[in-house]
Amino acid sequence: MIHSFQFQNHNVLLDVESGAIHTVDEAAFAVVSAIEHGKDPYAVGVDAQTVSEVLSDLEELKSGGAFETETPTAPEILGGSAIKSMCLHVAHDCNLRCRYCFAATGDFHGERMLMSYETGKRALDLLMERSGTRQHLEVDLFGGEPLMNWDVCKQLVAYGRELEKQYNKIIHFTITTNCVALDDEKIDFINREMHNVVISLDGRKEIHDALRPTVNGKGSFDIILGNAKKLVAGRGEKEYYIRGTFTRENLDFLEDVKALTGFGFDQISIEPAVLPDDSPYSLLPEHLARIDAEYDALTEHYIDARKNADSWYNFFHFMFDPDGGPCLRKRINGCGAGTEYVAITPEGDIYPCHQFVGMQEYKLGTLDQPTLRSDLQEAFLGCNVCTKDTCKNCWAKYYCSGGCMANAVLYGGALETPHEISCHLMKKRIECAIGIYLSEQ
Amino acid sequence: MKHIQTIQKPCIKAGKNTACGECQASCQSACKTSCTVANQKCAKEEK
Repeated sequence: MIHSFQFQNHNVLLDVESGAIHTVDEAAFAVVSAIEHGKDPYAVGVDAQTVSEVLSDLEELKSGGAFETETPTAPEILGGSAIKSMCLHVAHDCNLRCRYCFAATGDFHGERMLMSYETGKRALDLLMERSGTRQHLEVDLFGGEPLMNWDVCKQLVAYGRELEKQYNKIIHFTITTNCVALDDEKIDFINREMHNVVISLDGRKEIHDALRPTVNGKGSFDIILGNAKKLVAGRGEKEYYIRGTFTRENLDFLEDVKALTGFGFDQISIEPAVLPDDSPYSLLPEHLARIDAEYDALTEHYIDARKNADSWYNFFHFMFDPDGGPCLRKRINGCGAGTEYVAITPEGDIYPCHQFVGMQEYKLGTLDQPTLRSDLQEAFLGCNVCTKDTCKNCWAKYYCSGGCMANAVLYGGALETPHEISCHLMKKRIECAIGIYLSEQ
Repeated sequence: MKHIQTIQKPCIKAGKNTACGECQASCQSACKTSCTVANQKCAKEEK
């Protein structure tokens, strides 16, 4: 399978199954586009001699395994299925009332409550017991807002460090926070213990405050910005992301990226909101052309900014390192929800991921009865880019790995049916990422 | 080749020394909403 597209002044040819990337001249682009779409390459207005030369070039690529490559077979994961990543819902409560929150402003459509230390300990024990031969494990302190249960966060990290020695594992703790309740003590602890920090901040003050109010309806921007700056200043070389959300209210989200870089942040992830169609903030098909144009504008800004050390920044969805990227098995299996990755609620319920929490039909088990539902696990494991009809013949399958399964269930209609708008946006971002990669060579 | 320039050689790793399972779960990185692997690193390459 091949995919051809134009990016700025590049005519790009991607050989999907091998990951090889070529740039081609105008004549070759017309020929490969014809081949991609099943048309006659001699009927695209290019003279026959040139078409013949291009076909000869393509044949040379093919013999080198870099054009129309056969679908490779992925090896099974070494050591078999194991849980290696856990989202710990230490707080089903939040001090913000974000209007686009997928977690129903923190309670996940249930009771507002905090996880006990005992429940968190049992979750970490489960991770150790089910992690098989995996050495690197991940635990995200998540909510709601995890800082609302700070003492338990600290206790669980301390317990995790004991388990690391006992089981000879490495736990990468991360925290996803809105920063409202940060103070110096928390910043020191986070910067010492957390492998990565995801900070929720949307960009411009007016955009952020309109969508991320406090419990009593006031804007949270001013509180968060100062705390986030202080936290990031102490990170050193450790990872962080400023993670914003864009909705139909800010389709000009490049301005939010500019605002964030203007505040001094250089690790940025702005995500599209995924919401029911009837939400006043949802992204709909009629918004896609505008969003595509905004990604193009962001791409131009990004390329220019990265030419200068003072303005350099990293955008999460434009990161693309083909040689250092994941193996085929990872590309096929994706996020590992329900198999490698689970979420634990404050009550001790186990779900395939944080976005499935509260959907009873997807509950895998409980910490009291941790025999996970094998039928569900098999369904998740069997739902991948090799099995889904939408993905099998999609050029982006090895880059998106099939998309978010929770979004598929919630907005695509079934586990096997990816959310169409998310697919569109993912493909656009991947083209931008490949184009940026070409520009920076 | 006259009309084509290769920028990136075949890079999708499918050999017997892959699939160690040590890499980060994609949703644990920054997004929490979109399962992407295009921007992920191979744990072996990072060492």
